[in-house]
Amino acid sequence: MPGPLTGVRILDLTVGIAGPYATKLLADYGAGVLKVEPPGGDLSRRLGPFRADTPNPEASGTFLYFNTNKRSLMIDLKRPAGVEALLRLAATVDLVVESFRPGVLDRLGAGFAALNARKPSLSLVSVTNFGQDSPYRDYKGTDLTLYGFGGEMYTMGVAEREPVKMYGTAALVETGASAAVAAMGALFVSQRQGIGQHVDVSIVDSHLGGADRRHVSAIAYEFSGRKTPRTPVNARAVLRGPYPCADGYVELTGAGARLDRFAKMLGNPEWLADPKWYRTGALLDSELGEELEANFYPWLYAHTKREIWAKAQEARVLCGPLLTIDEIARDEHFRARGFWARLDHPVAGQIEMPGRPFILPKSPWELRRPPPLLGQHTVEILREAGLDDAEITAVTEVS
Amino acid sequence: MTVRLPLEGVRVVDLCVVWAGTFATLLLADLGAEVIKVENPFVLPPMTRGALAHPSKEYAAALPPAAGGYPNNDPGARPWNVHPTFVSLYRNKKSFTVDWRRPEGMEVLGKLIAKSDAVVENNATETLERLGVTYEWLRQWRDDIVMIRMAAYGSSGPYAQARALGVHLESVMGHTLIRGYDDLDPTTSTPIFSGDYLAGAQSALAVMMALWHRDRTGEGQLIEMAQAENASAMLAQGFMDYALNGREPERIGNRSIYGFCPSGVFPCRGGDVALVEDRWVSICVTSDDEWHGLVVAMGSPEWATAASLASQTGRRAQEAEIEAAIGAWTKGWDDYDLFHHLQAHGVPAAPILDGTRAFDDPHVQARGVYQPMTPFDQIGTYRFVTPFLRFPATPLTVHQPPVAMGEHNDYVYRELLDYSEAEYQGFKDRGHVSMDFDASIA
Repeated sequence: MPGPLTGVRILDLTVGIAGPYATKLLADYGAGVLKVEPPGGDLSRRLGPFRADTPNPEASGTFLYFNTNKRSLMIDLKRPAGVEALLRLAATVDLVVESFRPGVLDRLGAGFAALNARKPSLSLVSVTNFGQDSPYRDYKGTDLTLYGFGGEMYTMGVAEREPVKMYGTAALVETGASAAVAAMGALFVSQRQGIGQHVDVSIVDSHLGGADRRHVSAIAYEFSGRKTPRTPVNARAVLRGPYPCADGYVELTGAGARLDRFAKMLGNPEWLADPKWYRTGALLDSELGEELEANFYPWLYAHTKREIWAKAQEARVLCGPLLTIDEIARDEHFRARGFWARLDHPVAGQIEMPGRPFILPKSPWELRRPPPLLGQHTVEILREAGLDDAEITAVTEVS
Repeated sequence: MTVRLPLEGVRVVDLCVVWAGTFATLLLADLGAEVIKVENPFVLPPMTRGALAHPSKEYAAALPPAAGGYPNNDPGARPWNVHPTFVSLYRNKKSFTVDWRRPEGMEVLGKLIAKSDAVVENNATETLERLGVTYEWLRQWRDDIVMIRMAAYGSSGPYAQARALGVHLESVMGHTLIRGYDDLDPTTSTPIFSGDYLAGAQSALAVMMALWHRDRTGEGQLIEMAQAENASAMLAQGFMDYALNGREPERIGNRSIYGFCPSGVFPCRGGDVALVEDRWVSICVTSDDEWHGLVVAMGSPEWATAASLASQTGRRAQEAEIEAAIGAWTKGWDDYDLFHHLQAHGVPAAPILDGTRAFDDPHVQARGVYQPMTPFDQIGTYRFVTPFLRFPATPLTVHQPPVAMGEHNDYVYRELLDYSEAEYQGFKDRGHVSMDFDASIA
């Protein structure tokens, strides 16, 4: 069954994580994504993980994950023939997405004005660290530095130590999802109004304005003058956060208005029947909080994370076990739902990887083609754009 | 021809609670969709408008700023309209009230759906079923309606009934175990809402894709997002390493999964404002050239110019020593001075900003990230965050400050649904129409 974006053609000049994740999402739902790679390829081809830690630009785990369903063409944009081929291609697509530093594409002669001149309804979505017109537009950044600046990393970790980030490139993945939203917005404007524009997605701004807590610490301060700190090791909130148990950890949110549910989870023990626990704000009292935890820990250590989760579900307490990747991969829930996708790749072999982010029953996610080899589709894509053999040779010959 | 916003003309019914769905509808609203929040004066949804309808000043003061930091530390007459955890997600939306637990309330909701394009909801599984709001019911009102449901683990499988916020499904999907300090246990992992960010953004994307599909085929669809499945993208490299090598990711703090070295957060000179006591800069060296830039930026100290450190492999062999030496150097610096100094030498670096400092940053000011807004009830004018995507030809602006519950009752009942004055008065008399929660709610 075709995806919702079947028939949409996208020229993809992004590298790394955020931009490629945006175009992966579009490609996985049917868009024809033409990935333009420089000689040497997307930098993520040099990042791992690799099988047996042996680098191979055709089998980087990062590249494979973020480039499913795309076709690759290799173009050297430092050569005039390359730029001209890009502009010819631009005339045949519905959207261009790029992640060069601001101004670079303009200097190459393939900026928004040049692209839009070939097709007035064509939009360009740029995904950059700080945005096109920021005073820091030329500054470098990584997941760590951009999230630390724009996101709410300051309050992650403990007060005695430095702030600590999320896993890997999670922050860039979040931005990638927002950039895909921007791309759809641009497509709607092109389609419905025939207007092309240069859409500007800043990684930092996507965290300043994203859902994850930065907007909270900012407005809480603006409202009340109160600063949100990192919590000292021994002063964490009661019944909120990860707790140890017999075989690992569980994340628990059991306080607030529904302490009765927490009591039910524990089998309504006598100690928790005392009305003192149920007064509004009782658990904000540090002595009561300590007393509660002293009673709670033996129960935790007597149960496994799965047992605790099952009891929590029965009692309608918010809870989740901290699972390992191996446990997730074997988990019967995700198996039963058909979450996993099987990738068959000419170099990397057969790999099971996470599948659809959401289910569109009438226009589904699908692994239609494996991530491309570098330049695998150069000739066929240039031919589709109407270049003749001599022109194709001019693009592909090694300078 | 007047230029229209990307989603102008699209109407979205917002049945969301807490973060993920609310962020999805925020993105749709910023893009120009008319998003109408459906609220119920007889139901205080968990957290979404605050844990309590009327917390006292003292109680609010004992809560963390995210929950208790109300304007001027006073919850005021209608604290639910300004709850700091959620208020910023309510801009550009409309809100009306109806008690849709009653048949006549359901009919009002149905009439709204008949005039809408999409419905977004992220309640616990079965919540809407119990009220009779199923996709089949929606289709009785509007055949080509798009609906997205964002149950934590999806509507099928052994965990279908498990309740979760973003933090819980993030734990189940592995994130909580593998982020955080390498030398402290996972109980120090701070509860975060990154799963909500990702699920919200992808749900907005899913709705837009389904509308795109509808425009071409005339058919709507029921989208299912299992937020746990969706969150897996944040752990992409971990899943791929497992697939390729059968390995589990380790907790490595601020170090790089790609082995970029050094990569860390280093102390800077303490701030001179009473509020701010700790300041930090992040540095991540992704190439040998950038390492050279860092060495020069540090004034080429002898330890750093050692040939053994010129390559990433060499640096990784002495990672802890390098981090300690950099930390000793950064300590004397102001974080912003160091930010500019390092960037001038081509080194990726940035201050770690806390929520109190973001407002004053030159980038933030130049980009208009925050903007004064005056919400309903004259609670004052405050700087709220604005739409973060820039569409120059169809600018995404703030046309509605964070919406108060019931602020658009007149609009929805009279204009949109065309009820007569007498009918509207009847809904008021029977408690559907209100800007306050019912007295039964604490």
